[in-house]
Amino acid sequence: MGPQAIDRILKKYDYEHFAIIAMLQDLQDKENYLPEKDLEYISERLSMPLTRIYRIATFYNAFSLTPRGKHLINVCLGTACHVRGAARVLDRLKMALGIDVGEMTKDRLFSLETVNCLGSCALGPIVVIGNDYHGQMTPARVESTIKKYRKKSPRKKDEKD
Amino acid sequence: MKRINNPQALEEIREEIVGSRDPDKPCITICSGTGCHAFGCERVTEAFEAELKKQGLEERIDIRTTGCHGFCERGPIVVINPQKIFYQRVTLKDTEEIVSETLRKNNIIDRLLYSHPQTGEKIVKEDDVPFYKGQMRIIFGNNGNIDPTSIEDYLAIGGYKALSKVLTDLSPPEIIDMIKKSGLRGRGGGGFPAGVKWESCRNAPGDRHYVICNADEGDPGAYMDRSLLEGNPHSVLEGMMIGAYAIGSDEGYIYVRNEYPLAVNNVSIAIDQLRECGLLGENILGTGFNFDIKVNRGGGAFVCGESTALMASIEGQAGEPRAKHIHTVESGLWDKPTNLNNVETWANVPLIINKGVDWYTSIGTETSKGTKIFSLVGKVNNTGLVEAPMGMSIREIVYDIGGGIPGNGKLKAVQTGGPSGGCIPESLIDIPVDFDRLTEVGSMMGSGGMIVMDDTTCMVDIAKYFLNFLKDESCGKCTTCREGTRRMYEILDIITRGEGKEGDIELLEELSWVVSEVSLCALGQTAPNPVLSTIRYFRDEYNAHIKDKRCPAGVCKALITYSIDEEKCTACGKCKRVCPSDAVTGEKKVPHKIDPEKCIRCGACITECKFDAIEVA
Amino acid sequence: MIKFTIDGYEVEGEKGQNVLQVALDNGFDIPHLCYHETLKPYGACRLCQVEVTKGNRTRLTTSCNYPVLEGISVQTDTERITRARKMVIELLLARCPDVPIVKDLAKEYSVGEPRFKLDNDDCILCGLCERVCREVVGVDAITFLGRGSNRKVGPPLEINPKTCIACGACVYICPTNCIKLEETESERTIVRWGRTLPMKKCTVCGRSFAPWFQLDYFSKIIEGIPADFWDKCVDCR
Repeated sequence: MGPQAIDRILKKYDYEHFAIIAMLQDLQDKENYLPEKDLEYISERLSMPLTRIYRIATFYNAFSLTPRGKHLINVCLGTACHVRGAARVLDRLKMALGIDVGEMTKDRLFSLETVNCLGSCALGPIVVIGNDYHGQMTPARVESTIKKYRKKSPRKKDEKD
Repeated sequence: MKRINNPQALEEIREEIVGSRDPDKPCITICSGTGCHAFGCERVTEAFEAELKKQGLEERIDIRTTGCHGFCERGPIVVINPQKIFYQRVTLKDTEEIVSETLRKNNIIDRLLYSHPQTGEKIVKEDDVPFYKGQMRIIFGNNGNIDPTSIEDYLAIGGYKALSKVLTDLSPPEIIDMIKKSGLRGRGGGGFPAGVKWESCRNAPGDRHYVICNADEGDPGAYMDRSLLEGNPHSVLEGMMIGAYAIGSDEGYIYVRNEYPLAVNNVSIAIDQLRECGLLGENILGTGFNFDIKVNRGGGAFVCGESTALMASIEGQAGEPRAKHIHTVESGLWDKPTNLNNVETWANVPLIINKGVDWYTSIGTETSKGTKIFSLVGKVNNTGLVEAPMGMSIREIVYDIGGGIPGNGKLKAVQTGGPSGGCIPESLIDIPVDFDRLTEVGSMMGSGGMIVMDDTTCMVDIAKYFLNFLKDESCGKCTTCREGTRRMYEILDIITRGEGKEGDIELLEELSWVVSEVSLCALGQTAPNPVLSTIRYFRDEYNAHIKDKRCPAGVCKALITYSIDEEKCTACGKCKRVCPSDAVTGEKKVPHKIDPEKCIRCGACITECKFDAIEVA
Repeated sequence: MIKFTIDGYEVEGEKGQNVLQVALDNGFDIPHLCYHETLKPYGACRLCQVEVTKGNRTRLTTSCNYPVLEGISVQTDTERITRARKMVIELLLARCPDVPIVKDLAKEYSVGEPRFKLDNDDCILCGLCERVCREVVGVDAITFLGRGSNRKVGPPLEINPKTCIACGACVYICPTNCIKLEETESERTIVRWGRTLPMKKCTVCGRSFAPWFQLDYFSKIIEGIPADFWDKCVDCR
């Protein structure tokens, strides 16, 4: 993100240090992760030690220091979903995508994350992909569900890594 | 809405709103909580809007999108007012019929009604549905009557009457006295008497006092705070305003979990509306009371539900708790006296002011007054949010309201209190739900999560699940919590993999002692609870894993095998198709077989098999 | 002065002091790993447990961050304390089985072989390094990263802290000696953080004595010193 756009975010919170978490959230909402250069810029602009920013960025689960896939897959591991078999759904997803939690597929299509209770327990086990809620998920339906998203985003040739 | 300058103006506007509304005008109420969003309620709403337009009925029939109705299992939920006809599992295709038949001709569509699981009887009215009948929905009930983004709706049901009364008729010490006498105890988990907390905070010296609403609801399986904040944000805000006045605070914060965008949205809209009409800001209702509220989003850390960690987060730091030798009511946010309460606690306040202490104390038990909202989830038929008076038994909640266990399952335990709580075995489910009784049996009220477990739930696996959660959510500062939860998880993992040995239970108990005694904050101090309570009531299950290398519930992968019952198998081939490791073999018309060497026990075949032919041993 | 007792003996402390400091000053040997008198107490290692009786309540608590109060009675050696201490040491030993200071503690308090799978870490996450860097040196070069079982100390992105002046304070204060400083003829490296800085040579004796970057930093924040002060090593000034 360019300096002016970052400045807009900082200004929104009056450059107050205590609003750093909200600032980072706004940055990530736009960039899908927290780019190193942007964090360095914020550190400079606010006269805030870079270590403090990284302390916060690595403490809170919401933040990612590495780029995330086009489709963010969130598996709910809340107790209710767990009791209904969420762990097996997660295992199947890991197998199908070939990645672990917190990682991104090589084709940059999918990132896999877990969340502790989305509060939609009636639909458990629940998997959210982007903004789509997939309720009552079973290991058997994992492949077909992912396929739908692959179809939506055909592989572009010569995509820069 | 124009500015409301004084209490009389407030009543005038209220009268105007109520007067302009016809209580008999038909209204389609559509539940729009996050749960129903997941079911697609937005499209249902659009479909109704389109249908009304098509039939030229927009002027004569209202549509209202409301907060969560609580019966999440049956979403999307549509209630037709004023008759209160309760339609459940409504789809897009049903909208045309509902308008044509029910709204135009008063005909009830049977297939959309809730039918009693035992008698098959169809139930028409919302209040008669067994799920709702047993409840006492004094806080949550309003969700169904208001659009959370409409301050007019809240005023129409009597909103801000309590605030007005408090600012004009009561002094802060009088308000605190009322809250003390009401016996209101914190609904977030601690159960600390709210009035006492308010008093300590008020009396603590400091030039600024803060009030905070803890909406960081992190217990997995609990979502009542979210639904309350989404569905009736004004009730929480009104409570905070009354508390702020009583404590002497002019600045409040609502700390909402990052994963609750709709709650953040709705409460922010409510705050903007209040600022617009002058109910937040300076000189509220002309009484000289100044107060404003900011909304903070969490960053994805369960530990930030702990009050000192939450305050650190508001201050823009990592959510590390600090020692509580010095209480937060004396030195909290920015070292100033701070009063923190949970969402549901705040929502109880206007009710107590409006209805009075005598009425409130008539509900509940000796030591736990009022109601509690529970999220009843897991292996239960009627998943949803339940508001019950304190003192109702777990049995009543699970069976009468919850409709019992689905399928052929048998109730095994009910877990309460989230990762800080414990499991209550079936033998004890007649105990009344109240703060002290639950603590006595080794669990706790916590935030109100109530997870129902049946005989297909492995209690060792549950303990392992909670410790897995806690070891990752631990902030990592203190040795005992960071190392202790990790080691407890390791031992539980070893046990579930069939490598447990004699002495492991005792080691878990010893670790539990040091983690609970020596850890810095409540996360660490209560972390051993799930382990201790499952050992207390299900020790034989632990022993089966350790001594017999057996998982009685059929969950722990390393200790079970899947096989196909030849007599039940119809050779439909579904299991073969979904098996990721090619473990199923079988020709057409021949019962299939599972190769135990290849089988990874992923469970895909079990969910697909319509003939119940896969056995778990 | 605030009067209270430790193990029955009367002691005195000043307002704002913590129990551990007063205890140490009076010769009581309370083990501690994450406490240093020049830094704000942190309360992370949980080793400095004592039992404090205030009024009619007795509680087990860390002493490094417990404020001295009139009339409290502190016990440093009870059964509860011993049990807690031994388990804390066992947990640390399982994490860092080869670290000398942890092994010494284990020996002193009769903690045997840990009953957990042994790791091979050299850091006990006491935080002394990051606190000294922030509170005393003031350059904020390193911090805690991550949380829970993934917590560790390091610079942003775990390599080459850009504000580090290679002063060696972290090396000095670390109780496990896991932060090493290496020097060559012309460079100083703080090994753990991957920070290498070229050194300036003294204009008088020709010895390398401090990193350019460090001298730059000090010359900017300390005023009223002649410029050539920074050209000479400590011995030649």
